[in-house]
Amino acid sequence: MFARGLKRKCVGHEEDVEGALAGLKTVSSYSLQRQSLLDMSLVKLQLCHMLVEPNLCRSVLIANTVRQIQEEMTQDGTWRAVAPQAAERAPLDHLVSTEILCRAAWGQEGAHPAPGLGDGHTQGPVSDLCPVTSAQAPRHLQSSAWEMDGPRENRGSFHKSLDQIFETLETKNPSCMEELFSDVDSPYYDLDTVLTGMMGGARPGPCEGLEGLAPATPGPSSSCKSDLGELDHVVEILVET
Amino acid sequence: MGEDTDTRKINHSFLRDHSYVTEADIISTVEFNHTGELLATGDKGGRVVIFQREPESKNAPHSQGEYDVYSTFQSHEPEFDYLKSLEIEEKINKIKWLPQQNAAHSLLSTNDKTIKLWKITERDKRPEGYNLKDEEGKLKDLSTVTSLQVPVLKPMDLMVEVSPRRIFANGHTYHINSISVNSDCETYMSADDLRINLWHLAITDRSFNIVDIKPANMEDLTEVITASEFHPHHCNLFVYSSSKGSLRLCDMRAAALCDKHSKLFEEPEDPSNRSFFSEIISSVSDVKFSHSGRYMLTRDYLTVKVWDLNMEARPIETYQVHDYLRSKLCSLYENDCIFDKFECAWNGSDSVIMTGAYNNFFRMFDRNTKRDVTLEASRESSKPRAVLKPRRVCVGGKRRRDDISVDSLDFTKKILHTAWHPAENIIAIAATNNLYIFQDKYSQRTHQALYGGLCTHHLIHPHSHLIKRIL
Repeated sequence: MFARGLKRKCVGHEEDVEGALAGLKTVSSYSLQRQSLLDMSLVKLQLCHMLVEPNLCRSVLIANTVRQIQEEMTQDGTWRAVAPQAAERAPLDHLVSTEILCRAAWGQEGAHPAPGLGDGHTQGPVSDLCPVTSAQAPRHLQSSAWEMDGPRENRGSFHKSLDQIFETLETKNPSCMEELFSDVDSPYYDLDTVLTGMMGGARPGPCEGLEGLAPATPGPSSSCKSDLGELDHVVEILVET
Repeated sequence: MGEDTDTRKINHSFLRDHSYVTEADIISTVEFNHTGELLATGDKGGRVVIFQREPESKNAPHSQGEYDVYSTFQSHEPEFDYLKSLEIEEKINKIKWLPQQNAAHSLLSTNDKTIKLWKITERDKRPEGYNLKDEEGKLKDLSTVTSLQVPVLKPMDLMVEVSPRRIFANGHTYHINSISVNSDCETYMSADDLRINLWHLAITDRSFNIVDIKPANMEDLTEVITASEFHPHHCNLFVYSSSKGSLRLCDMRAAALCDKHSKLFEEPEDPSNRSFFSEIISSVSDVKFSHSGRYMLTRDYLTVKVWDLNMEARPIETYQVHDYLRSKLCSLYENDCIFDKFECAWNGSDSVIMTGAYNNFFRMFDRNTKRDVTLEASRESSKPRAVLKPRRVCVGGKRRRDDISVDSLDFTKKILHTAWHPAENIIAIAATNNLYIFQDKYSQRTHQALYGGLCTHHLIHPHSHLIKRIL
């Protein structure tokens, strides 16, 4: 009886295991596909044509796809599983750096039409926002994480990267770009120079106007937070809320 | 300065075989004028080529009404926006003809940022017999002038002159995707990704914003305008489509800013077909009112749909253009083909609709008989005066001899731009840098269905000004 039970159990167990394995395979292959779609989409968002403005419709559609995947992964609970371990820190940084690159390129969108054309949008406060976002970037890199928001950093950072992509569509930052290009001979982007400028600690921050906020040390999160608070204050003043 | 030249152009210029395409020659828009006598094409290099239909002559019955080059001009030049450090492409996105009001023809052409009004006039006479100038225009020696004459107009070889009459600039922050002339013939609208502006044809320094879907926070942006058009008869109505697959009919009498639509046309999503790509493939790439004004035609990635203006809940007809691509969406997303914007067109009587696809195929759907056909625009399959052979894409199962399998489709050969003569069964198909004009074999004057067959009219190379008459 014991043997029979055992056999049955074994058979049942095997079937269960097989079933579970098959199930796992389906689930994991779906997750893999979904993850690769997410990666592909993020790459698409970040690969910006340097010389011509990227297609807004395409970018919006890709961003919506990314959001969809993110939402589903959050519901699954698999989003949290993608926590940046020490090993995976590098890819995140890479993500950050290329996203910043994209941001710098995209920051050119959003210039307003000539005044008096029935379009009453003002761009003053918005254009001043750019130095804020660009200066934040090197600081983030220095502290090597988007860890401002604490435990929600993954979702937050991800959200932030998407949001920042769209924020930059709004910002017009001629002064920023001048600073960025000040050391570059050619009038066009030099990818490596920009990347070096953003990543390297040796070079000063791109916007000298905010030198006071430039990263000095990889300080504890508290100093970053106070800087962030200061930035918020600055932003508040700028947008006159 | 030359270091960072456009890599697209570099890639193409190294190819040597005759099938290589100069990027600038890629046709980006095709449009018949209101009588069908003229056909305008715009290309990526900012040029416009206008073809004119030759009047039928009894002497040469085979060349009935063929289209010859009438005029070529550079409409837009590449610009550099120094403020944003970005190039503004010279590619002509759309051309729209103005209704003809006198001997001259006028059209609007637009790139991403600037719309231009061009006037096309003919000169076939010139004054001769000046008193003070000789034939070459040099001043005469007055001592040789013994009598006075009245200059007379003498016929000369036809000269077509094109001049820019208006330049409508600085109206758009984002890229212009559509222009549409109002039935009042005085105003027109231009739409970019987030805004639609109304212009008066005579006023260039001012435009009125009639639609603005830009969110206060760009972070909240999830939807853009993809196409828009004025109603053909009601000058107060226009429609615009979105990247989420919806259509909004707006009435300009309701408010100055038409942010609230009068009607919203949206088909509920089919839950069984839901995927991560559902939204992308639902994005409407083109919208066209029927000639009657009663219906709208929309194109999304896999289908064309006919909507009745009186029914907002769903389209009255849906036609599958290439449903076999549904299982390939991930690959098409990877190579960006899923973002291709195909146009659609009605025939003159609104009984047949047409749209392009891949592999230089284009599709036609007869709304009455519910029959459809796939044809190919390619040199190999277009013998002179021969009737085009219907093509078929096989998706497994029985495969006939000339079928093409889905995997052998050439996704670089896409027919995005097509146009239908307003009255006759003549269609213009832009296949990369080639323009094909096909004509109904049997009837040129009636609006019969096209199953008598389409025959190749002629094949045109706009950029080299060669008309290869396939005879």
